[in-house]
Amino acid sequence: MALTKEQIAKRIAQELQDGFYVNLGIGIPTLVANYIPQGVNVVLQSENGLLGMGPFPFEGEEDADLINAGKQTVTTVPGSAFFDSAMSFGMIRAGKVDLTVLGAMEVADNGDIANWKIPKKLVKGMGGAMDLVAAAKNIIVAMQHTNPKGESKLLPKCTLPLTGIGCIKKVVTDLGVFDITPDGFKCLEYAPGVTIEEIKAKTAGRLVIADDVKEMAV
Amino acid sequence: MNKVVAGAEEAIKDIPSGATLMLGGFGLCGIPENCISAIVKKGINNLTCISNNAGVDDFGIGLMLQGRQVKKMIASYVGENAEFERQLLSGELEVDLIPQGTLATRCMAAGYGMPAVFLLAGIGTEVAEGKEVRNFNGKDYLLEEAFDADFAIVKAWKGDTMGNLIFKGTARNFSPMMAMAGKITIAEVEHLVPAGELDPNYIHVPGIYVHRIFEGKNYEKRIENRTVRKRM
Repeated sequence: MALTKEQIAKRIAQELQDGFYVNLGIGIPTLVANYIPQGVNVVLQSENGLLGMGPFPFEGEEDADLINAGKQTVTTVPGSAFFDSAMSFGMIRAGKVDLTVLGAMEVADNGDIANWKIPKKLVKGMGGAMDLVAAAKNIIVAMQHTNPKGESKLLPKCTLPLTGIGCIKKVVTDLGVFDITPDGFKCLEYAPGVTIEEIKAKTAGRLVIADDVKEMAV
Repeated sequence: MNKVVAGAEEAIKDIPSGATLMLGGFGLCGIPENCISAIVKKGINNLTCISNNAGVDDFGIGLMLQGRQVKKMIASYVGENAEFERQLLSGELEVDLIPQGTLATRCMAAGYGMPAVFLLAGIGTEVAEGKEVRNFNGKDYLLEEAFDADFAIVKAWKGDTMGNLIFKGTARNFSPMMAMAGKITIAEVEHLVPAGELDPNYIHVPGIYVHRIFEGKNYEKRIENRTVRKRM
């Protein structure tokens, strides 16, 4: 069985290390915050200007002046800090954020990513995605393995306009976990019930299977 | 020195049609509601607006779009706005999309008196088209120029009669850099206090950058995406 969005988020949460500063994008990445392993303390960065983002507020306690990058009302945790947008992207650019998790429309086997624009469809803008992918030292993409038409999103080359080049290190999809290596996508783990044959069939980019490939624990 | 003006009408009185404006705010968070209303009411048009977003249909910069007052929008993300889409598709509105950090930093550069900065965002993408590339320590960077805005309009939580500003929460966002970048900077604040009442240790924008200040009224502070959790 392919993973649910929650399971993808849960698997990515296993990558979190104690003391990490983490930026979570909109969509599946946001769900990662719900599965932070016990004993692991991470600080969530929201690029609109907050370190130490907490959960959604209780009903009636929403504050219009306290939102995340998805414009959702949030809270702060003890030890949090506010800052302006220049400083926010400054800390991202300077490599202070340990891990960025974001969604994608396409990832290429050389680490290129496309996630902001579909030609001939209305363009809403890149927001902070280009800044994040260009600068973050460690980026994990969370996405479905195929698009709604069933076509692979793990490609030899992105077909959509690029968000960043050679920047993605790891991809977690509903089918498995893949590192980006000089040999292309390296399958490290497969989702429970998913076969290597299915992964091969649904991966258009170069794919190698790790010698010690194993079933994902989620 | 008198920076205090009576209200939004007086603060924006000399903004001509065709001006370039910076407008603080992220989504609807921290937008200068009073000045936007005054600009809409006065009908100044042909404006170039530099702001991270373009508001929603019936609030924020969306109100200026409804009045066809915006000629060009410079932003990083412009979703959630049907009128914006309509004007963009019909060719009435020009749009320049810029990575969010680049947008913030081009404002910052202007406020710090730097003509340009080298940034990584957009390398290898269409954002890089036509821009000078320089290699530093083995990495390519894009030359990005400082913005040039006639007026910067921001909203702060507290301000004093000297123009010193303090922001609250994530309503700070782009406003400090924009305040620093405007040739003329207008600040509307929720609470205007006499000089001496704000602790100088906690000023986010020193008054030297602020030319006009007033206490705004009737803040709606609309929430774009209300998310809550249940009490256990």
